[in-house]
Amino acid sequence: MTKMLTVDTNPIDCYLRVDRIPHIWCAACGIGPATGCFVRAIDRAGLNPDKVSVVSGIGCSGRVAGYIKLDSFHTTHGRALPFATGLKLANPELTVAVFSGDGDIAAIGGNHLIHSARRNIDMTVICINNFNYGMTGGQMGPTTPLDARSTTSPYGNYEYPFNLPYLVAASGATYVARWTVLHLRELERSIAEALTKPGFSFIEVLSPCPTVYGRLNKLPRGLDEMHSYQERSIIRDGADPRDVELSQSGPIVVGKFVDIERPTLWDCYQQILDRASKPKKR
Amino acid sequence: MPKDDVLCGEFFMNGDTACAEGAISAGCRFFAGYPITPATEVAERMSERLPQIGGVFIQMEDEIASMNAVLGASWAGVKAMTATSGPGFSLMMENIGLGVMLETPCVVANVQRAGPSTGLPTLVAQGDMMQARWGSHGHYEIIALVPDSPQEMFDLTVLAFNLSEQYRVPVLLMADEAVGHMSEKVVIPQINSKELVNRPRPKVAPEKYLPYDSRKGLVPPMAVAGEGYRFHVTGLTHDDRGYPVMTAEAQDKLIRRLVDKIRLNIKDITKYEEVKIDDAEVVVVSYGISARIARYAVQKAREEGIKAGLLRLITVWPFADDRIRKLASAVKAFLVPEINYGQMVREVERCVAGKAKVRLISHMGGGVHLPETILEAIREEAR
Repeated sequence: MTKMLTVDTNPIDCYLRVDRIPHIWCAACGIGPATGCFVRAIDRAGLNPDKVSVVSGIGCSGRVAGYIKLDSFHTTHGRALPFATGLKLANPELTVAVFSGDGDIAAIGGNHLIHSARRNIDMTVICINNFNYGMTGGQMGPTTPLDARSTTSPYGNYEYPFNLPYLVAASGATYVARWTVLHLRELERSIAEALTKPGFSFIEVLSPCPTVYGRLNKLPRGLDEMHSYQERSIIRDGADPRDVELSQSGPIVVGKFVDIERPTLWDCYQQILDRASKPKKR
Repeated sequence: MPKDDVLCGEFFMNGDTACAEGAISAGCRFFAGYPITPATEVAERMSERLPQIGGVFIQMEDEIASMNAVLGASWAGVKAMTATSGPGFSLMMENIGLGVMLETPCVVANVQRAGPSTGLPTLVAQGDMMQARWGSHGHYEIIALVPDSPQEMFDLTVLAFNLSEQYRVPVLLMADEAVGHMSEKVVIPQINSKELVNRPRPKVAPEKYLPYDSRKGLVPPMAVAGEGYRFHVTGLTHDDRGYPVMTAEAQDKLIRRLVDKIRLNIKDITKYEEVKIDDAEVVVVSYGISARIARYAVQKAREEGIKAGLLRLITVWPFADDRIRKLASAVKAFLVPEINYGQMVREVERCVAGKAKVRLISHMGGGVHLPETILEAIREEAR
C-alpha cells in the first residue's frame, strides 16, 4: 500500500511568500522555475537575505517580486530599473536584483536598460524572455522572432527582434549570460555568480509560454517548447554576443557571454565625493 | 545632520538655488533629475552641493527615470527629490501615482513654464495647477505648495519635505519661472532637527510588521529596504500586508484611506496668507508670482479708499475650501488673477457657490499681469 509522503516545508520556503501560493502563472510557464533558481542562487551565494531587494515592473514576470520574501517592490511598467537605481544608490549596501519580462525591460523600459548598463550600476537583471506579452494575452514585442504569430501579428511578425545579450553588452554590461528554463543548474549558478559580481549583470532566461505564445506558434503543449530548447540549445560560454541572435527555429546559443571588470557607478561616484570639497563659506 | 552641511546666513540667490538649499536643510540627500528650463538650476545646485555633504546626485536618462529613482531612494530611507518643468512633469505623472499608491515620501518641484507641449520654455506660466491635482490616473489626493519668492522657494521646500514625511505622499512644489529665476535676499536659518519631520517608523518585530497597517492611524509606519522587515509593496490595489487584492472592497478601503489621510487633515496642511481681508469687499485670490502683483494692486486700491484684500494661497492642494466658503457671504466679489485661462478660479467658484461674483483675470503666459490690470478690475468690482 502506498503511503502519502507529506513535506511540510521546502528549504527555499524561507525565501518565498508561501501564504501567496498558488501563484498566478499558467501550467508549464517558465517563470516559476526561474524564480526557484533565483532564490536558490541567493542561498548559494551566501547573501544575507535581509540585505537583498527585488524590484519588478509589470507583466507575468513582474509578479515575481510579490512571491519573494525579501524587501520587494512591484513598480510600474518598464520602470523597475530606475526605481532599483534609486534604491541602490541611496543604500549601496543592498544587493539589488531586477526580475522582469522582455516587454517590460526591452520595450517600454528599453531606454532604462541601456542607460543602466552604460552606468554599470551594481545590479543583477533577470529578464524572462517568453517572446511575447503574456499577461495581456499574447501580443508581439521587441523579442518576438521574425515571422512568429501573436495576437497583434496574426500574419507573422514583420519586425526584427532585439538580440538582448548583444544590446546590453554593447551598452556596457560587465556580466551577460543566457539560459533557458531547461538549464536550471546552469541558471542557478549563473544568477549566484551575477549577484556577487560588482557591476551590471544581465541574464536572459528563455521561458515557455504555452498558453499564448506557444499556442499560436505550433508549441501548444507545455513540453513542446522545452523539447525545442533541448533540441536547439548549444552551450557556448564566451560566445560573441553579436553571434547569439535568436530566430524562430534556428539554434539557441546559451552560456556566459561576457564576464569583464569595469569600475561600477558607485566606484566612480566615490571619486567624485573625494573631489567635492566641503562648502565654501560665502 | 552635521551643522556645516547647511549654508546658513543671508544670501542673494535665485529661487531655484534656494529650492536646492531648502532641500538640503530639510535633510534631502538624494536628487535625480533631467535638464529642463527653467528648473535646471535646481539640478545644477544639487550636483554641486550633494557630493560635498555625502549625498547622491544623479542625472537620469529622462524624467520618468528620475521620478522612479526618487521613489527607490525614498524606500532606501533617504529623503529624495526631483525638479522639472511642464514637459518633464507630464512624464512624471504615472510614477507620481506610484508614489501615492506606495505612500512614498518625496518632493517634486515643478518650475512652471508656458505650455501646452514645448510652449514657451523660458517664460512664465501657471498652467499646470490642475495637472498637479489630477495629472496621474485614478482618484487620489495630493499636496501642492506654491512659493511666491526665492525665500519661499527655500521655506516651502523644507515644508514640502516635512509634509511628505508626515503624510507619506509626494508633495509638489508648484513654482513658476519668474519665482525660480528671480534673485532676491534669502535667509537660511539654522534649522533645529526638531523642526524636521521624519516618516512614522515601525515599532514591531519584522514578522508582525504590516506595510499598510492603518489600525493606529491613517498614515502607516514605513519600513525601508535592508532593515529585515522583508516587506512587499505594489502599485496594485493591496491590503494591509501590501499584497494585491483584486476586489471592489479592497479598492474602497485603500482609496478612502489614501484620500482621507490628506482630506481629514486639511486644517494642518492648507496654509494661506491674508492681507487686509477683515473688511474687504473685493478679495483677490492669487498665488505664486501673480500674488506679488495682486498684493501691489490691493495696496494701491486701499490707497484709493477701496476695501480690497488679498488671499494668497500657499497650499493650493488641498484647496482652502472652508476659508473661501466663509468669505463668500461677506464679500462682494472675488478676483482670481492667474497665468492660465482659468484653473484655480474653478475651485474658487465651487466654494463661493454663487454667493458672490467670481471673476477670472487671465494671462496666457509668457509674462505676468500688469498691476494696473488687477487694480482696474478691483475698481470695477468695488463700484
